[in-house]
Amino acid sequence: MSVRRLAEDAVQPQGFAFSEENAAWAERVISRYPDGRQQSAVIPLLMRAQDQDGWVTRAAIEHVADRLKMPLIRVLEVATFYTQFQLKPVGTRAHVQVCGTTPCMLRGSDDLKAVCRSKIHPEQFHLNDDGTLSWEEVECLGACVNAPMVMIFKDTYEDLTPQRLEEIIDLFAEGRGGEVQPGPQIDRHGSEPFGGLTSLNSDAADKGAEGGATGGPAQTGASEQAAGAGGAAATPPSQAGRPDTHAAETDPTIASPGRSVGAAADQRAENGASTNPSAGAHRPGSGQTGGQRQGPTGAADKERPEITTANARGDAGRTDGSLPSQERRAEESLIPAKSRPGEPSGSSVSAHGPLLSEGDRGEQGTEAGRLTEDTLPGPMASDHFASKAEGAAEDEAGTLETRPHHSIGQKPGNLLKAPDGAKDDLKQIRGVGPVLEQKLNELGVFHVRQIAAWNSEELFWIDDHLNFRGRAVRDRWIDQAKALAGQSSSSTVG
Amino acid sequence: MLDDKDRIFTNIYGLKDKSLKGAMGRGHFDGTADIIGKGRDWIINEMKASGLRGRGGAGFPTGLKWSFMPKESDGRPHYLVVNADESEPGTCKDREIMRNDPFTLIEGCIIAGFAMGAHTAYIYVRGEYVREREALQRAIDEAYDFGLLGRDNKCGWDFDITVHHGAGAYICGEETALLESLEGKKGQPRLKPPFPANMGLYGCPTTVNNVESIAVAPTILRRGGAWFAGIGRPNNVGTKLFMISGHVERPCTVEEAMSIPFRELIEKHCGGIRGGWDNLLAVIPGGASCPIVPAADIIDCPMDFDGLRAVKSSFGTAASIVMDKSTDVVRAIARLSYFFKHESCGQCTPCREGTGWMWRVMERMVVGNAHKREIDMLLDVTKQIEGHTICALGDAAAWPVQGLVRHFRAEIERRIDEFSRNSDKDRPMLVAAE
Repeated sequence: MSVRRLAEDAVQPQGFAFSEENAAWAERVISRYPDGRQQSAVIPLLMRAQDQDGWVTRAAIEHVADRLKMPLIRVLEVATFYTQFQLKPVGTRAHVQVCGTTPCMLRGSDDLKAVCRSKIHPEQFHLNDDGTLSWEEVECLGACVNAPMVMIFKDTYEDLTPQRLEEIIDLFAEGRGGEVQPGPQIDRHGSEPFGGLTSLNSDAADKGAEGGATGGPAQTGASEQAAGAGGAAATPPSQAGRPDTHAAETDPTIASPGRSVGAAADQRAENGASTNPSAGAHRPGSGQTGGQRQGPTGAADKERPEITTANARGDAGRTDGSLPSQERRAEESLIPAKSRPGEPSGSSVSAHGPLLSEGDRGEQGTEAGRLTEDTLPGPMASDHFASKAEGAAEDEAGTLETRPHHSIGQKPGNLLKAPDGAKDDLKQIRGVGPVLEQKLNELGVFHVRQIAAWNSEELFWIDDHLNFRGRAVRDRWIDQAKALAGQSSSSTVG
Repeated sequence: MLDDKDRIFTNIYGLKDKSLKGAMGRGHFDGTADIIGKGRDWIINEMKASGLRGRGGAGFPTGLKWSFMPKESDGRPHYLVVNADESEPGTCKDREIMRNDPFTLIEGCIIAGFAMGAHTAYIYVRGEYVREREALQRAIDEAYDFGLLGRDNKCGWDFDITVHHGAGAYICGEETALLESLEGKKGQPRLKPPFPANMGLYGCPTTVNNVESIAVAPTILRRGGAWFAGIGRPNNVGTKLFMISGHVERPCTVEEAMSIPFRELIEKHCGGIRGGWDNLLAVIPGGASCPIVPAADIIDCPMDFDGLRAVKSSFGTAASIVMDKSTDVVRAIARLSYFFKHESCGQCTPCREGTGWMWRVMERMVVGNAHKREIDMLLDVTKQIEGHTICALGDAAAWPVQGLVRHFRAEIERRIDEFSRNSDKDRPMLVAAE
């Protein structure tokens, strides 16, 4: 990313208006896009404004926003995101854009930059003394076989030498830029090899195309070749679009700098123990080319306390070092069978067992009373953002243990079939809107006092059924309801 | 070597008549209506049979991509979007098609549009290609005047083409970023799914294709998929525009058969390596994002998807950046790191932060001001970026650095040694007391 800001106020002109010709052009451009999609014209319009004024002024941005009925910030975003928009004044006679990316660099763009530094200004984006010239280094301009090259306004000047660029800059400085022939500055028409064509050098080209068009030699034996062609298409596309990036140096089994192999293993055990097991398990092999894990990481398994019992059936697959199986083992070793979702929950804590860590759970065993809703992860912890890297791990988890939603929390005992008298306005509770209120009513919740009477387990159940990612927990509905219930009872009494 | 009669882009250098009449004289727009008359399924099957793989870098089979579009419209219009945002360093083929042989692209748009049920095409040209855009627009106007585009045209499929342009953002070459940009937003890639074939431009089914993929389609359909599939190796078939830049005698763009060995490509069209084959250091074979390949591996490598994958690089857009032994290879890659740092859209943290991080470390490696353990750390960072971003720019930024370390670690270490050896040179020489 590059940081780009508008020019300081001192140089910003007061207003902007398209010239008559440009305004008519703008109308035509806007009309090209479907109704309601006029926003599409923002880049062409800004570009036209830049062509008119030489750079994109704040007033022009406001004008375009107005014209396209876009929020100003959206146009501002576009103007600062795209690097072709000049946000500060540039040379009036020439703004020399030198391509400095590798293909041009290999052919000498450094020398061109040196020319610009000496002839225009030592710094990019600075005007020369007359204010007529400026220069910048840009990223690849897409004329790599004609490197090195520069672009001045709309034209490219290719196959340059430093001497030729000096001449061109001089001509532009004198206002005679139009005299320079754009394109290659050597004896060459375009992108063909100089010194003579190596292809398309016979008139046969034209005839060939015609021959092909009328079913010439290529059509002969087409039926015979068709099988071969079908075969080619039937071959599954190879992975060749992506390079194979696996390298010994980046093998996931090798610790990154600063960590010994043993430390890495510890880290892994720690990952497994301190976070959602599936999230921890995916990490070490996250590269697409990660492949098989071998060798020393077995140490991590040894350090896991519960591995012997939980892993009993996984022992057969012990030699299988593939990631999914390791993940599975990690998960099994960390999640005691009784606390897996889908099975009756023993206590309020173990119902959330799979979402909690080994260590935390131990703590809870002794200090369960200390917990509040805030420290419990709540149902939203079971939400997954199935990112690219996590996808595989999640799939695996999904097939291993289907996670029925209804297992979370405990159904509140005080649900009603019909309101007990007039129902309360549940919207009083922060986080409840008309939609949630209706859902709550459907579940059998009509009164604030019902909510106030729940325990956290029951709140989880409700939250899960509302399908709202932990809003009930986050907004502390029970506390709110208790407060509200207190108020209302006191008010009725008083 | 490919014969001229098998070349699709017969005016790629712009040395012949660029007008519609000239293009028709070379066989373009010959029987377009007949091709459309054969129906959608025939076209898609023929494209699949041709084995054409997308020319934009990822190499996804084009016929297959077309077949993803819904068969029946559900009321939403279908769109064809042509990706002419050619910004990958080293790549400059679409430029030649648009300015010199634009009718191949226009005819391709009509046929592809028909095959996917689209009546509208948007061609998104990169902002810097001003003259190319003008040439393309002129050609489109000419086609309208001649009745090849618009309502009730001679091709038998109502079709409109709009030329749109960007404003200098490499990321807009990513298909979903391109759609965002076309909708008038900043070009930040979208999450997929939904894929553009379901929810693309303006929320409608859309297919995004590279210019070259679209432009070769009419000739393939005229001459038959079997003809195209007969050129090159299986799975890597057809003709392709190769661009050779850097340290060759005569850099050029040329259409050649796929799978041509690197040596033959250079000898035939580029007059050899500057200073002879012994002077070749390395080649970036497919545009900036492809890992570098050292001379020994590339010289006899077939230039195609599988051939380059075998040497741990990729075919990309077939833009070879050739480096001879005078090259400061670390600096060349550091410059690419700067490019990716500059072009990261800023949406995903690993890429936004990581590209800058890699560039800064690379700059230190250029002079050797680093620890050797930082080489491994740098590799580790590339692995943290790769695969952890929404689009492939993060991957593209990581691969060149990985390629450099894979093949030129010794060179980096040599510089580090040299730097530390020289670091105390300007201290005064101590003289023993007497």
